[in-house]
Amino acid sequence: MNEARAPRGPGWWSDARRRLSANRAARGALALILLIALLSALAPFVSPWSYDSIDWRHLARPPGRIAAHWFGTDRLGRDLFVRTLSGVRLSLLISVLASLVSLAIGIAWGAIAGLAGARTDAWMMRFVDVLYSLPYLFIVIILTTLFERGSMGVLLLSLGAVGWLTTARIVRAETRSLRRRQFVEAARALGVPPAALLLRHIVPNLLGPVLVYATLTVPQMIVFESFLSFLGLGVQEPHASLGNLILVGAEEMESAPWMLLVPAAFLVGLLLSLNFLGDGLRDALDPREH
Amino acid sequence: MPSIPASTDPTRAGAADGAPATEAVLRLSALTVAFDTPGGTVTAAREVTLAVARGECLGVVGESGAGKSQLFLAVLGLLPGNGRTQGSARFRGSELLTLEPTMLDHVRGAGIGMVFQDPMSSLTPHLQVGEQIAEVMVRHRGLSRRQARKRALELLRRVQVADPERRLRQYPHQLSGGMRQRVMIAIALSGEPQLLIADEPTTALDVTVQAQILALLAELKRERGLALVLITHDPGVVAGIADRVSVMRDGRIVETGAVGAIFRSPREPYTRKLLREARGPDLAGDAPHSSPPAPVAPGAAAALELAGVSVRYTIGRGWLGRRAKLAALSEVSLELARGEALGVVGESGCGKSTLVRAVLQLLPLHAGRVVWMGRALGGLPRSALRSLRRDLQIIFQDPFGSLDPRMTVGEIVAEPLEVHARDFTPAAHAAAVTAALSQVRLGAELSSRYPHELSGGQCQRVGIARAMILRPQLLACDEPLSALDVSTQEQILTLLGELRRASPMCLLFVSHNVALVQRLCERVLVLYLGRMMELAPAAALYSRPLHPYTRELLAAVPVPDPDIQPARLERVGRGEPPSPLTPPSGCVYRTRCPHAAAVCRERIPAWEKLPDGRYVACHRWRELG
Repeated sequence: MNEARAPRGPGWWSDARRRLSANRAARGALALILLIALLSALAPFVSPWSYDSIDWRHLARPPGRIAAHWFGTDRLGRDLFVRTLSGVRLSLLISVLASLVSLAIGIAWGAIAGLAGARTDAWMMRFVDVLYSLPYLFIVIILTTLFERGSMGVLLLSLGAVGWLTTARIVRAETRSLRRRQFVEAARALGVPPAALLLRHIVPNLLGPVLVYATLTVPQMIVFESFLSFLGLGVQEPHASLGNLILVGAEEMESAPWMLLVPAAFLVGLLLSLNFLGDGLRDALDPREH
Repeated sequence: MPSIPASTDPTRAGAADGAPATEAVLRLSALTVAFDTPGGTVTAAREVTLAVARGECLGVVGESGAGKSQLFLAVLGLLPGNGRTQGSARFRGSELLTLEPTMLDHVRGAGIGMVFQDPMSSLTPHLQVGEQIAEVMVRHRGLSRRQARKRALELLRRVQVADPERRLRQYPHQLSGGMRQRVMIAIALSGEPQLLIADEPTTALDVTVQAQILALLAELKRERGLALVLITHDPGVVAGIADRVSVMRDGRIVETGAVGAIFRSPREPYTRKLLREARGPDLAGDAPHSSPPAPVAPGAAAALELAGVSVRYTIGRGWLGRRAKLAALSEVSLELARGEALGVVGESGCGKSTLVRAVLQLLPLHAGRVVWMGRALGGLPRSALRSLRRDLQIIFQDPFGSLDPRMTVGEIVAEPLEVHARDFTPAAHAAAVTAALSQVRLGAELSSRYPHELSGGQCQRVGIARAMILRPQLLACDEPLSALDVSTQEQILTLLGELRRASPMCLLFVSHNVALVQRLCERVLVLYLGRMMELAPAAALYSRPLHPYTRELLAAVPVPDPDIQPARLERVGRGEPPSPLTPPSGCVYRTRCPHAAAVCRERIPAWEKLPDGRYVACHRWRELG
């Protein structure tokens, strides 16, 4: 079928890519994110230390003193550079996975609710409202007591359980307004079956706003994961995540500020760049604004 | 109408600068408007020179993109940040382009009034109408709140808003489009301006309301000696009230002259083309009507049959909200022969779009049935209906909105094939798309473009190509022209006529413009508040309308002839349709009908079939002759 179609012109996506690359803040942010991600992936190979190896000769050393520990060491003599980057890796992994999970559930749930009849729609969205009204911290605490504390699965489950609700609401509202658009009515008049209507006309037109929301979900998830780990509900020692690194750093703030500052700087840098990228994407995907 | 004599010729008025009687209220000299864009400088208007005197109406006519709006936005200092101007724009002798922003604000509030095309977006949604009118007077004329409120009431009365006390306390969304435009005019008048700039003030309105608004503007001009600039794409609009006309094209004024001279003996070929398109072949009486359609053979099976079709909408649903039923369509019955074209006309809210959607089964019927080729569509299983949709196609009003923005033109046109002709080989598929595009006069190279890269007329052609690719037997057109320029309307209309001749199909053509329908359709159905008023062969309907509502509709159509149109405007009817939530008893039209009698209040008029095949629903049509 594809070869029958005329060659694609300057398409929607390549147009968006051009606009995005014209945005300097977004370009810089993307570069920084890629750099941090690359560093965190390579860290174990670059440094002789691993996240849990202890250097008994150097306990709680500040950065720059000892050539082997670029960002210094913590109270137990573990290398802060390696620990921070492995924390970044875990945080990024968990938040991206959780965002994808919540995106998938949210799009499916929201689009079906938006396209369904008034009754189905009402029930599906009331279900979302009920979940919304439950305090998520309780859910997480219950989950962690029921299952193994700090396991990846539980963490993903608890992050995803909260994340998809907003996505579903956004998608549902967007679908409702798309449904009233004439091109959707045109497709119905053509006899396009509901599933094809959803996949061919609704979802592609949703992707712009949803993608923007998703890039803003990733930093949210990072914050949330760090928060859970900070409370001791998330990633457990000796594994490192940005949250529990900051937790330990906060305890040593007065005597060894670098233990707080190093992971905090990575967190802030990551969050800022993700937000800049999200803003850039929003501008790039909505050409009507320009 | 006391028109200003030829002495207001701008060149001579210019020589008498300072003499108040002949001084131009607004004078533009060599005004150039340009925009800085990433792709370079775009010039919207080039060296425009024109003038408007007191009590004079200048019509500025041109197609969309001619730079008319940008020119006057520049005069008012309302250009976006990347706009630049050069030349001069003098309002009562003082230069506007170099004025301080605060002074300019004052001029805009008190010296120059503005009316834009879309009254909904020009009004603030969360403020009562009265407050919005009063605000200008409090700010610019130093009136107290109470005085301003009182004055606002007078103004609403002046612009002929019915029940003004109540309207003052309403919000913009509670008003009809025509009412909102009247409110905009009231706001524009509140500063006692000497100049009123109206940018396409009637384009979004029904013909009847358009005529009322134009008549109001003409009255205000006469009564207050207003200088009026009327920007429009429709020469018919200008013919009724302008004293002089400037024709604009690609940012330049190509021709300026007295309205009579421009319409009778235009010098420029472009002006002639505009006028020709506005008149249309039929109104000018020089072109043959499209080939006569297959006559409705008596006894032959109808292709489409509607029997007692009613549609109701539920308004205000929600968990706690009050619900009300709105009768959008009531007891519509008619038959369409194979290959027949039926026009459906009426004002907005009359149920014409609902009728189309009911025929295509895009919304549920409250009562009645739709029979297509002998099969009742209502009872069909979904899959059968879906495959029948192949024969029933539709084109929409909004040329951009009806195309999926994420699909290329080629994909859009091919979509019906993917649904209904999956057995096509890739080659046949591609050939069908190219053929469909060429049928609507679009090149195959457009198939890789996206809708936002096309013009409105091109988008509408793509919509038609999508509808025609499967050679449907019924094509429903829901106001396909109302979002287009006059010249583009003409092309689309011609195209639809050609398509009908090429492959015989039924046509259901919905429009609020009665004159356009006549060009394409054999019979015309007139709807009002969801009820049928009159159904007649097009020629008979135009030459001898029986129903008073049909007459009102016909009288409101703007005729691009300055000798006739001013008098027509003075005779326009008053009033707008009442809310369909609370339709009048008896004949629904009686609240606006000049001939309403006691019987009209009591009984719903019967749908009478006349010997010559016409139908009419009026108690008094015989007496009215």
